[in-house]
Amino acid sequence: MSQAVTPHPQETVRQILQRYDRDPGELLQLLVEIQHTFHYVPEEAVSLLADHLRVTRAHVRGLVGFYSFLSDTFLGDYVIYISDNITDRMLGNQDMAKYLCSRLGVKLGKVRSDGRVSVQYTSCTGMCDQGPAALVNGMPVTRLSRERVDRMVEFITARTPVTAWPEEFFQVEDNFRRSDVLFRRAFDPGTALKAAMLRGGDETLKEIQFEEAVDPASGIAWKRGADETLKEMYRSDLRGRGGAGFKAAIKWETCRDISAPERYVVCNADEGEPGTFKDRVLLSSYADMVFEGMTVCAYVVGAGRGILYIRQEYWYLKTHLEAVLARRREAGLLGKNILGTGYAFDIAIHWGAGAYICGMESAMIESIEGKRGKPRKRWPLPVVAGVEKRPTVVNNVETFAAAAMVALKGGVWFAGHGTMHSTGTKLFCVSGDCERPGIYEYPFGVSIREILRDCGGLDARAVQVSGPSGTTITRPEFDRVLAYEDLATVGTFMVFNHERDMFEVVQNFTHFFQHESCGLCTPCRVGTSLLANLVDKVAAGKGSPLDLEEVQKISQLMKTTAHCGLGQTAPNHLIDSLVKFRGDWEKRMMVTGFVPAFDLDASLEEARQLTGRDDVAAHL
Amino acid sequence: MASKLKVATCSLAGCFGCHMSLLDIDERLLDLLEVVEFDRSPINDIKLIEGMVDLGLVEGGLCNAENVHVLKHFREHCRIIVSVGECAITGGIPSMRNHHALKECLEEAYIRGVGVENAHIPNDPEIPLLLNKVYPLHEVVKVDYFLPGCPPSADAFWHFLTELIAGRDPSLPLQLLRYD
Repeated sequence: MSQAVTPHPQETVRQILQRYDRDPGELLQLLVEIQHTFHYVPEEAVSLLADHLRVTRAHVRGLVGFYSFLSDTFLGDYVIYISDNITDRMLGNQDMAKYLCSRLGVKLGKVRSDGRVSVQYTSCTGMCDQGPAALVNGMPVTRLSRERVDRMVEFITARTPVTAWPEEFFQVEDNFRRSDVLFRRAFDPGTALKAAMLRGGDETLKEIQFEEAVDPASGIAWKRGADETLKEMYRSDLRGRGGAGFKAAIKWETCRDISAPERYVVCNADEGEPGTFKDRVLLSSYADMVFEGMTVCAYVVGAGRGILYIRQEYWYLKTHLEAVLARRREAGLLGKNILGTGYAFDIAIHWGAGAYICGMESAMIESIEGKRGKPRKRWPLPVVAGVEKRPTVVNNVETFAAAAMVALKGGVWFAGHGTMHSTGTKLFCVSGDCERPGIYEYPFGVSIREILRDCGGLDARAVQVSGPSGTTITRPEFDRVLAYEDLATVGTFMVFNHERDMFEVVQNFTHFFQHESCGLCTPCRVGTSLLANLVDKVAAGKGSPLDLEEVQKISQLMKTTAHCGLGQTAPNHLIDSLVKFRGDWEKRMMVTGFVPAFDLDASLEEARQLTGRDDVAAHL
Repeated sequence: MASKLKVATCSLAGCFGCHMSLLDIDERLLDLLEVVEFDRSPINDIKLIEGMVDLGLVEGGLCNAENVHVLKHFREHCRIIVSVGECAITGGIPSMRNHHALKECLEEAYIRGVGVENAHIPNDPEIPLLLNKVYPLHEVVKVDYFLPGCPPSADAFWHFLTELIAGRDPSLPLQLLRYD
């Protein structure tokens, strides 16, 4: 029997609760901690949480049901998630999952009867350049191989706690293969913030009398630095790196100009687009630069509170990120008295719990407020009414890193790189069929071909740019360039060689969206399921041209009527694939007229057994 | 005068509510009969369609083997098939049993039910076998149009049929799609 379900969890839950304010906004953070402690959210905890935060139990359960890393049933002493992005599949994650399950004697998706372990799939964990990847009790295991699986099984059999597994087991590589002007050198903490505060002032003061030069009480110099830095942001023409490409300076200025008692700066590190892992690398190796960019932003807009919203898959970075924040507080770069100026700004970390939709900014804000991550209505925008209805700047991790460099080196310098409408450099997350997967920094305007040449993937058949919600690019299009003038991108770059069946890619993506639809609007909730069912029908050889028409129809409907970007972009890959790789579909089209996706006669089997009938009328 | 449009109708796993709603077009029935002629339909009790008809209005989803036979018969003999009403389009109320195993449902009704005598699951060959789940029509045959509503209102029927008879692609205006 399962010995690990804690018999009386109340005491432990109470201890956890004591560390948090009685603020309903803390609910998700509490649930994450409880999930990590018990490997599920016990019923007793639901009641205690509801009492502590004065919310209903239904609300608490609503969150447990919504976030995929929260569970209302015990998941075992060892909880294993296998990353199921297409890049993991191409590296054999299904074989690894099968092997792992058979070695452990556990069924995929079920807890072993002794309660020791469970294995299940999860959406992309952001280790695409070093897959197949898994998470064990929140810790990442990359490059799964039979040898590594064998060792995992040994540890689990010997009940070795994950904290005692050798460190090298959880080694994650940066694989930073090409750096350009932004990430060529290590970032020196404090430099960008000081440069921002001194900007527009007397050059000679910079070295000697920082505190006198920048005194919020004196007003003039303080405001000048912020205004001048905003001007630099305008000169840089920096566009958001999350994919949409909205100009950061406009967002910052809007936030600054709205009268409000408090403002927020939120860093979006919910990097959920399958195939994307640049934020992981930035937060591993350039965390100071990211936090400094947030602090510069806070200084410009006058915000007192910063939040890093980070996906649960990067839980292993918790200690590191908290240490960086602590070091910055000690160095006077965060806290109540930044650089001795009396200005107060601090950054809190909010953990996601497994929901792609939370990368969408208003869903993220709901999640920060301790609710289910459902996108809000488009207006007002978060910059007007975001966290707790306060003006809120939400920018991507990479945007803040770039903003730090704009503060440091100026907007003209930044705009000197890239193209006319896409200034600066961009990080690309290269994975899939190439010799050197990893992170590549290029000025905007780089061609697909150039990246393929550098990463050793020139014989590619296709490249999926910007993830499943992006664009599928074929060989004749390899001279297209990555910039807002041509292909907008969050930086995801998945390469597929000539051996790859692009229909399998579609099948993987369709199921991803089906799983990640938040369920708020019907076109997306129902549409993603219908599309997944239709693709599975084609995969089973039961698809007809009528079904392809249906795919087109539903795709079009979703694009025009879904509530948010998730549903509007979810069919992109299907529309592309049906045009560009129709052959991969057609070889599966076995029928010309409509046939059901299921076996009609088999659907009478249960009734045949119950009645003992086997006459002619008992068959279809 | 052009020959009349031939229309067949049937109710599968439905409640006949859609048919009642069709009859609710009241005196417009007379106008309708000027231009259409009913073939197989519970209205006239004709059992099988002979030859081809223009339009098949199918109410209700598929819950048993007979439903499947009737639907296939309609698909073979109707140029246009319309899924009429909630049950035909989504499975509707009968499909609430899809959350339970068929065995559970039958045992609840015929074994454990209050006042059941001679408890056994009926197995007479004349009774059509139940499908393991209730299905909407378009999962089994190609459906050309969907007329939503529970039931579609008499006005919705009238609008849909007159548009189709006039040779246009029927599309319901918003007020006929509002149910609150």
